[in-house]
Amino acid sequence: MTYFLVVGVTVAVFAILALSLNIIAGYAGQPHLGQAAFFGLGAYTAAILSTRYGVSFWLDLPAALLVAGLVGVILGVISLRLARDFLAITTIGINFVMVAIFQYVPFFGGAMGIPAIPSPAIGGHEFGYRDFFLTALVLVVLVAALSAYLERTWFGAALKAIKDDEQAAAAVGIQVASYKIAAFVLGTALAGLAGGFYAHFMSVVTPNGFGFPVSVSILSMLVFGGLGTIRGAMAGAILLGILPEVFRFISNYRLLVYGFLLLFMVRFQPQGIVGEDSWLVRRIARLAAVLRTGGARRDTAGG
Amino acid sequence: MIGRGQGNLPKRPVLPAAGTGETCVFIPSLVNGITMGSIYALMALGLSLVYGILRILDVANAGAYTLGAYVGVTVFRLTGSWWVALVAGAAVAALLGFILQRFFYVPILAKGPIIPLIASIGVFTALEEAYRLIFGPYIIEFPARVPLPDLRIAGVPVTGVQLLIVIVAVVVLVGTWYVLGHTRMGLAWRATAQDAEVAQAMGIDARKVTGWNFLLGYALAAVAGVLVAINYDAVYPTMGDMPAYKMLAIIVLGGLGNPLGTIAASLLIGLVETFVAAYVGFLLPRDSIAFVALIVILLVRPQGLFTRGAVAK
Repeated sequence: MTYFLVVGVTVAVFAILALSLNIIAGYAGQPHLGQAAFFGLGAYTAAILSTRYGVSFWLDLPAALLVAGLVGVILGVISLRLARDFLAITTIGINFVMVAIFQYVPFFGGAMGIPAIPSPAIGGHEFGYRDFFLTALVLVVLVAALSAYLERTWFGAALKAIKDDEQAAAAVGIQVASYKIAAFVLGTALAGLAGGFYAHFMSVVTPNGFGFPVSVSILSMLVFGGLGTIRGAMAGAILLGILPEVFRFISNYRLLVYGFLLLFMVRFQPQGIVGEDSWLVRRIARLAAVLRTGGARRDTAGG
Repeated sequence: MIGRGQGNLPKRPVLPAAGTGETCVFIPSLVNGITMGSIYALMALGLSLVYGILRILDVANAGAYTLGAYVGVTVFRLTGSWWVALVAGAAVAALLGFILQRFFYVPILAKGPIIPLIASIGVFTALEEAYRLIFGPYIIEFPARVPLPDLRIAGVPVTGVQLLIVIVAVVVLVGTWYVLGHTRMGLAWRATAQDAEVAQAMGIDARKVTGWNFLLGYALAAVAGVLVAINYDAVYPTMGDMPAYKMLAIIVLGGLGNPLGTIAASLLIGLVETFVAAYVGFLLPRDSIAFVALIVILLVRPQGLFTRGAVAK
């Protein structure tokens, strides 16, 4: 049971990360290949606050959210000045530099990281795996609900417009700069939240846990599931999170499979498995339409 | 052997300039900086050419670097000749580049700018895993002897391999500059880089240009891989890790898609890394210097250090 709960918590944390990246890369269409840096920022914030200042889990989470979001402002401002490809590489650079800082600045505990992060407690009851899992689920639901809310608001519409055509968006009066920065702040802050939670769950943070490969994993999940959709982010995190657990026998070939999966996915199904207008979604929509009309009028199917 | 220790690539401990006083660090640093810069230039040039045509950031190019080293060491064991190894490595890597662009990159070009980058990360990950599974996770030695003598310049040892690296880099870079500037092939490249549609309308076969581009780009990376492997006497699956991303930083600094700017940026980063490590003793590891420089410079000059188009006179 413990094993399932641990896998469950990890999948939930990555679902939050994929959803957070989705706000930046999916809704706003901004390349961001360094989300793990903000995940790490949140984790280290929580780790330092709780081990050195005795701050509780419940205050750590908002603090992690805040710190990651504040650094996210800087990234947002940078994004305004840089062309798309320059920005993509800068975000990779930020990830490498952040890990180097975690690793080499003594304040962050060096290569060994920060151990002995206390478990959260409610009224004297210390968190067990089940409590962690339930909390993680609540967080996923909250972040997904926030994303769903965003999609329906003017904010979400503005981000989509920026993604499609920045100049056209500006021409119709959308404040491109503030919306872009807001997307970065929101996306990075939520990654920080995931980090804060993860630090308490793991009880130790190390620099390598937040390296560039982690950013690639988050992005892979999002792309695999379907960039720009909530269900895509969740499906990607669940499928790619569970896959290596189910197929233990391929563990030696795991990264090979990941790499090829990613490659073939973008080659043949760049919308992701359950993304907008993906093969599977079209099939389901067609099936649903067929069922509704009793299969009588095929020409309206899928529309 | 200060020289070899200092110019280390990632994954191996970087030796500080211990035992050398302030006064005698300059020349070794210069030698190392130029050697590193030459290697960076070889690798980054191919990437920059590819970007110039297709506007994609190709992380998988570093997979060719490692592939070159592995093919090189295998051929070297069979033939005992360093230059046959070099040519074989370059040839196999060029083939890989051609296949990748034909079957993966070109078909997904229209699917958004970040998609090819993600695909290339996928390719690179898969390639590294394939090397690990085929050749094993350990370091393979590459004990090739090059026909150049170890020299002492102003009392500083310069190995024959370092000399070879600089010579090959200069030959390749001058050759590329000549091809780009003075041949029909180069003219076609520049035209396609400037405006692919107009170039096509003028009768330039963009498919062919793209194909040659990848052949050349991957071959250059493989040459760099073989030379580095001989220099450090080591081939291992993850040797392309840091170059993969550092090269992206360098081609951005060089003003994306500008070959001459890329070469200048490569030498600059090679020298800055070595001198900062030798004199200042940077707080962060040497490999992050390129990224710190990248972030700082982009904040000051968002268009990169060398603006695009210097070669397209």
